[in-house]
Amino acid sequence: MSDSPDSKRRADGGTATERTRGEELFADIDLRREHLKNRAFLGLIFAASMFGVVALALLLLDVVTDFYVGLTEFEISLVQFLTADGSRRPERAGFFGAIIASVMLMALTAVLSFFVGVGAAIYLEEYAPNNRITRLIKANLSNLAGVPSIVYGLLVLAALVNGIGVGPILLAGSVALALLVMPIIIVSAQEAIRAVPDGVRNGSYATGATKWQTIRQVVLPSAMPGILTGTILALARAIGETAPLLMIGALFVNRTPFGPFDRFSGMPTQIYAWAAEPSQHFIHLAAVGIVVLLTILLSMNAVAVYLRNKYETAV
Amino acid sequence: MSTSEESLITTEVSSERTGRSDRPDATVLAARDLDVYYGDDRALASVDVEIPEHKVTAIIGPSGCGKSTFLRCINRMNDQIAVCRVDGDLSFHGKNVYDDDVDPVALRRRVGMVFQKPNPFPKSIYDNVAYGLKIQGFDGDMDARVEEALRGAALWGEVKDQLDSSGLDLSGGQQQRLCIARAIAPDPEVILMDEPTSALDPVAASKIEDLIDELAEQYTVVIVTHNMQQAARISDKTAVFLTGGKLVEFDDTAKVFENPDEPRVEEYITGKFG
Repeated sequence: MSDSPDSKRRADGGTATERTRGEELFADIDLRREHLKNRAFLGLIFAASMFGVVALALLLLDVVTDFYVGLTEFEISLVQFLTADGSRRPERAGFFGAIIASVMLMALTAVLSFFVGVGAAIYLEEYAPNNRITRLIKANLSNLAGVPSIVYGLLVLAALVNGIGVGPILLAGSVALALLVMPIIIVSAQEAIRAVPDGVRNGSYATGATKWQTIRQVVLPSAMPGILTGTILALARAIGETAPLLMIGALFVNRTPFGPFDRFSGMPTQIYAWAAEPSQHFIHLAAVGIVVLLTILLSMNAVAVYLRNKYETAV
Repeated sequence: MSTSEESLITTEVSSERTGRSDRPDATVLAARDLDVYYGDDRALASVDVEIPEHKVTAIIGPSGCGKSTFLRCINRMNDQIAVCRVDGDLSFHGKNVYDDDVDPVALRRRVGMVFQKPNPFPKSIYDNVAYGLKIQGFDGDMDARVEEALRGAALWGEVKDQLDSSGLDLSGGQQQRLCIARAIAPDPEVILMDEPTSALDPVAASKIEDLIDELAEQYTVVIVTHNMQQAARISDKTAVFLTGGKLVEFDDTAKVFENPDEPRVEEYITGKFG
């Protein structure tokens, strides 16, 4: 429209009569219905894109309301909540043991999954020949990423908890979570390694570096921000996982764990246990727990985004 | 020129080499009946060439004639390409580099390379230059060697106050000179250059050309170029490849450009085809 002679004339300060003439010129073309359809469809897809945001906002609103009611009506003290162990008596119950358990879970999960995951990614990207076995491994990685998390819990329950008989200890929980996030770490590490330009690899080889020197000195340092971002996002996924922990029986433990061989209940399982209680006090304790868990989760995501933005321009 | 040269010949290996350069036209690299295939496609067809020491040898020819393939054969960078197969003989000081007992990693420590597109590592300028020495386990005075190499690449004056900043922050021409510094820091014998100025502006390109001239005092330089004026300006010997991966003429640069034996070479050089 803006290119039509009509609009040019208007820009020159045309009069209303001239404008009418333009409309008369195109009188046989009726676009009103088409424009209406355009607007309707735009509204529809905008609503679709807002759906997730609104759902998240409603969820947060609900949790924050319960959180507020918990703090005021049930007089839950945040200090006590963050420093006391769990308890059968709601007025004495705290989240400390669950937080420590989750932090230890994350640390162990990170150690277990990071080296295996990055190692597998290096092999697949740098060494693996393009043959049937490699393709099979790659295809199964995506399958593995799609396995429901409870299945990993079941596996660890059968193999470790009951099989070897270690019981529902923290190490068993982190094995389940490590298996769960490993495909995510492998895939994101593969992407980060693939993003390192070949020119840089060739520069290293041409300087007389061996394959491992090239990987260690050039490829990994360049890929590391991407690998770390993927790992943090994977761990953020793991920290909120409830099903595998429930499956191995990490529930109803109120004590703070002292090591990887202690029984435990992580943040999500503690929240689950509280939310299942009939007492309103416990339910509001769960709401406070959710706020703490969400805060930690969003901070982890923020760190991942920060790392990505900081390094994506550098390489 | 004098400063860079003085600093370079202080090292043991270089002084050895200055002695060797007195021998007239000693052959460093020789290809005999060299064939290269990519899968079923023949990229080089029975190439015979002898590259003299401490000279600049230019390789020219139209696109797809196998110039870069030949260059990448010399330091076995073609090993990276799975479908690439090499037949025939390519010897470095009389030893066929495709023999089973030649480790390509060791070969590349004697034969450095500079690529078409500047490819500094995402590391500091210092670490870029020190890289080759570091991976070879050099434990001498690293600062001195880095300075030498940067002087040798005519970059020292521009970067000496920012050695810790990233190599990627430099301009394209500076990055390419950084790559040259990286290649000469471990003190190789031969430097291969694959169209080193084609991604640069004319000013940066002419700096690299001046540099190549100086490098020939210390190193044997083999340069692939699309630019015939460049080949005429900087090289002592010129090899002309024409379509089909055939080496059709190899002689002193003056001879090739003024009075080539092959009529097809004359046509190519005068711009009638290619």
